[in-house]
Amino acid sequence: MVKWTELERSTVKAIWEKVDIDEIGPQIWARVLIVYPWTERYFGSFGDLFTITAILKNDKVAAHGKVVLKALDKAVNNMDNMKRTYADLSQLHFQKLEVDPDSFRLLADCITITIACKLKSALSPQSQAIWQKFLYAVVDAMSSQYR
Amino acid sequence: MLSKREKDLIKEIWERLTPVAAEIGADALLRMFASYPGTKTYFSHLDISPNSSHLLAHGKKIVLAIAEGAQDISQLTVTLAPLQTLHAYQLRIDPRNFKLLSHSMLVSLACYLGDEFTPVAHAAMDKYLSAFAAVLAEKYR
Repeated sequence: MVKWTELERSTVKAIWEKVDIDEIGPQIWARVLIVYPWTERYFGSFGDLFTITAILKNDKVAAHGKVVLKALDKAVNNMDNMKRTYADLSQLHFQKLEVDPDSFRLLADCITITIACKLKSALSPQSQAIWQKFLYAVVDAMSSQYR
Repeated sequence: MLSKREKDLIKEIWERLTPVAAEIGADALLRMFASYPGTKTYFSHLDISPNSSHLLAHGKKIVLAIAEGAQDISQLTVTLAPLQTLHAYQLRIDPRNFKLLSHSMLVSLACYLGDEFTPVAHAAMDKYLSAFAAVLAEKYR
């Protein structure tokens, strides 16, 4: 289990408070699909993802971004219980959705960069390091049922 | 593969950043040291505290090298030849660390450029930095 100091808990919450799920969720998901186009393999049912413009306008992409951030909210509120919090989702992504867990790391990096664009210099190197520790713990929890 | 549009975009961004090379480079290094403390092992000969002259000088060197490569990406192997030799035979930095610096550099760019660091710019820059790192490691073995 990952150990968290008080500073780490408050830093993660402070960053999360600045994230508007409805605004940032769609941005994050579009960014993943544009920067790592091979992730489109999981989204055959999303319709037109053939151009950057299409991805940026796609309603299903936007909706999915919000779904993922709502799930991330659970991690922010359950930092001591991430593996249990994500056990079912991990199982789903492995058995049913068959998602390569490397994709979770790609998503984590896109989340950090999207938040960096929004917060700019307010995301200090130390805050970024703490935020990434948090995200990589989420990635581990999401990978935990893959066996 | 980088399209012509992407190469132009990358060149334009690095030209804009050249005047603040020290600031961007130092920021990227600080982010890398904070997130990946193992990378500090390569810098015991320098003062890498925030705002130190060593950090700013070293950050500037790195950014200027990346900016120079961006001037003509098709010539990266030629442009980087001296740096390839330096990294392979003298510095011998494990090339896995190049990815860590690349990611840190992307975050620095995001923090500096904000919304201008669009997904398109991000994708192009990630591709360029990957290519840069790959060329840099070519003489390792």
